[in-house]
Amino acid sequence: MLYMAVAAGSFRRYATYRAATAAGIVTNTVFGFIIAYAYLALWDQRPHLGGYGPAQALTFVWAGQALLAVAMIATGGLSELQERIRSGDVAVDLYRPADLQLWWLAADLGRAGIQLFGRGVAPMAVGALAFPLALPGDPLTWGWFLLSALLGVVVSFALRYLVALSTFWLLDSSGLAMISGLSCMFFSGMVLPLRVFPDGLSDLAQLLPWAALLQVPADVLIGARTGGALLRGLAFQAAWAVALLALGRLLQSAATRKVVVHGG
Amino acid sequence: MARRHDGTADGRLRTLGEGGRAYGLIAWMWVRSTLAYRTSFALMTLGNFASSALDFVALLLMFSRVHALGGFALPEVAFLYGTCSLSLGLADLAVGNAERLGARIRDGTLDTLLLRPAPVYAQIAADRFALRRLGRTSQGLLVLLWSTGRIEVDWTPGRILMVPLMVVCGAVIFGAVFTAGAAFQFWAQDAAELQNSLTYGGNALLQYPPTVFARDLIRGVTFIVPLAFVNWLPALWLLGRPYPLGLPPWTAFLGPAVAALMVAGAALAWRHGVRAYRSTGS
Repeated sequence: MLYMAVAAGSFRRYATYRAATAAGIVTNTVFGFIIAYAYLALWDQRPHLGGYGPAQALTFVWAGQALLAVAMIATGGLSELQERIRSGDVAVDLYRPADLQLWWLAADLGRAGIQLFGRGVAPMAVGALAFPLALPGDPLTWGWFLLSALLGVVVSFALRYLVALSTFWLLDSSGLAMISGLSCMFFSGMVLPLRVFPDGLSDLAQLLPWAALLQVPADVLIGARTGGALLRGLAFQAAWAVALLALGRLLQSAATRKVVVHGG
Repeated sequence: MARRHDGTADGRLRTLGEGGRAYGLIAWMWVRSTLAYRTSFALMTLGNFASSALDFVALLLMFSRVHALGGFALPEVAFLYGTCSLSLGLADLAVGNAERLGARIRDGTLDTLLLRPAPVYAQIAADRFALRRLGRTSQGLLVLLWSTGRIEVDWTPGRILMVPLMVVCGAVIFGAVFTAGAAFQFWAQDAAELQNSLTYGGNALLQYPPTVFARDLIRGVTFIVPLAFVNWLPALWLLGRPYPLGLPPWTAFLGPAVAALMVAGAALAWRHGVRAYRSTGS
């Protein structure tokens, strides 16, 4: 199938950047250690902060480092697509007998797949060796975590696709991409778990789409979401994924009607 | 690489002067180019400010839940945050773009730089000089100014002088790390992210008091990559706090010496890298 081939090609493409992956693993691991010690100091003062125990807080840190590259939490756009729209190369993409959104979604899932192996597993393993983590013992919870992480990647893609499409109107969307990336860092739980935020802000942040990228998958992993809460979390992610992808389709059809290719 | 100076002290000085001039010209060219798109520049500077401020917001959120972190109150942690952010911001502004070296090696444009009659390091350091990084610098400066009014320090002239001194030495130390990281890319072109673990990672580390971290980690950033001299040791001296690892008090004043040592090391790595460079060929 076409989109499977796109995903597989993307998977193989990112697999070739070995030095970059190694450098990324080192950086994620270093940040993991620093934040882990800071959280230990924080939870030392308030042992039940945000409803987490110290081991759960530490696991949250390493889940964040593992998912940072996978769900592209610090990135606000699809720089490659933005550049293609700006240069007009997107006209070639639109001529292809493939859907633009599904094409890029497939490519992004392929990328996320290889980065889960490369930049996800290694920092988590180091973290588990260095700190007492609250990792689940049964394979079923791991399965739910992977599903939740996958939904997080789809939400992340849907958001970044919207930013990328804005290039059709803005030509230079780097400012918007930056704002989107910063919002993502803050509201995903990467900077601090959303449950630790002050009460009102915490409730609001947990309704926003960015919570689907890290807060929900991490809560699934550390056992803070089980039973009904687990299903509600997954439904929350799926709802945002569907809504944002649909919005992307709307914007895409508006953009393709608007696009005028310069030159002959 | 052709040696441009004849090895004498006079020749070295002339090369340094040429490098400075080339750096200034290239940086100014990029500044003018940046200011051609004023709205975009304003947005990017604001974004740079905000991305740096995010770390501080995280600290504020933490302190909304606790009164002290590792025994340090908010103004003291803010002082640590302000000094290292300002140092990193200055280093990033001055030489941060040297990290583009790997990209230049990959696409072959480094060869163009090597042919130009100006020191390569000056050209690489000034490459795409990003004035927007004043965003991070000003954010660090604001937090630093806010915190200096709130920490309990008996501000003698010597202590006042220590603040700019530690910021400058810290910037030089971070600048040396940026340079060494760039030099490493002569061997590993895709590993640009590696230095982030020491620069941005160092910044994330130094904003917390050393009491938060394990002894081995502190040993590493004192004796292996001496980031502790950026702000920890001088700040602990200012705040009258005990030093980690039982270090003697005079280590607080080692900043300039450590910075000089780091610069020498980075220069050596850079020169070694340039000499080892073989173009991609055809």
